[in-house]
Amino acid sequence: MNIAQDIREILGSNEAFAGKVDQLSDDDSLFDMGLDSFGSVQLMLALEERFNVEFPDELLNRKSFSSIRAIGEAVSTLIKQEAA
Amino acid sequence: MDSISSPQGDLILDDEPEGSPTFLDRLFDHGLLIRTGVDGLYGRSGAFESVVEALDRLISRLGAADCAEVMRFPPGMSRPAFERSGYLKGFPNLAGTIHSFCGDGAGHAEILACVEEGRDWTGQQEATDVVLTPAACYPLYPVAAARGALPAEGRLFDLQSYCFRREPSLEPTRMQLFRMREYVRMGSPEQVLAFRESWLERGTAMMRDLGLPLAIDVANDPFFGRAGRMLANNQRAQGLKFELNVPVNSVEKPTACLSFNYHQDHFGSTWELQQADGSVAHTACVGFGLERITLALLRHHGLDLAAWPEAVRTSLWG
Repeated sequence: MNIAQDIREILGSNEAFAGKVDQLSDDDSLFDMGLDSFGSVQLMLALEERFNVEFPDELLNRKSFSSIRAIGEAVSTLIKQEAA
Repeated sequence: MDSISSPQGDLILDDEPEGSPTFLDRLFDHGLLIRTGVDGLYGRSGAFESVVEALDRLISRLGAADCAEVMRFPPGMSRPAFERSGYLKGFPNLAGTIHSFCGDGAGHAEILACVEEGRDWTGQQEATDVVLTPAACYPLYPVAAARGALPAEGRLFDLQSYCFRREPSLEPTRMQLFRMREYVRMGSPEQVLAFRESWLERGTAMMRDLGLPLAIDVANDPFFGRAGRMLANNQRAQGLKFELNVPVNSVEKPTACLSFNYHQDHFGSTWELQQADGSVAHTACVGFGLERITLALLRHHGLDLAAWPEAVRTSLWG
């Protein structure tokens, strides 16, 4: 499973990033690039479906969805917890 | 944000021993609110209305120097505008839609038979193009956007409307139909944030002058569901919403009587509302819950308006 690639694919379906995903670095601020609050909720729901995880309350914040790297770290942690 | 509180509320709110009538019961008993059989849907007495009207005038006086453009809409708004506003993303559970009978003569007879027999008669009701206004400013944005780009100084509007939110409750402060007075500022981020800051000060001074214990707290809207928790967390983390809280039903859960909201470019983007330079407009609003402030006054100064402190009466009625 290539988590970062999957995240990029999901991001690409967001209006703010359509056609721009390849230009994003792992550390670019997604909010600075146009991700809004509702967009981050849609992103969260899409990630949950793709990776079969559930974000706990303490991760439901802007920081968890601030960059591809931050999302990747959160998702990796959740996948490990699910597997444990 | 500073917390401005007074211990006065604890003293006053401790006066109800268990088993005694609730605040809502006492409001009914004094005739200030009138039962309709539906929780959160009440009639108001002349005395109650005299406070609401005095508050409305007081808020007008406090904002008079800003020369806001006054607009009043009925408590219903266009369904397409409501759908575009995004309200359903955050608050599907609070929305109220207006449905009407769209059948024929036979359908009419069927409805009457259903009512007669106590069966569900609503099957032939269809959604109209009107929904109940959820917040006084919602009908404004499409109207403002239709005028074209904002002037360099932005715009300021004055609104008041009955609003509907479906949340039946026995707390008198949580009505399903209530009046909200609002000032709405549109312009650059700096302009709208300066507006919000000035009303944080003015609103606090107003409520202090009315002799009410209060605290300003960071807040979030009651977004629906798990996705809503993320929206709420984001809203709080960014300091987009503050509420002026007064203990009314309890000290532990004080009541938001005023709210100070920075929408960033949410409504600007939604309605393609532009600043003079063509960039997306930002908006902010201050909202006054007219019934809630009235109830706070009744809670803290008593149910007999004539016995309210002279300074409070002077603030309200001159």
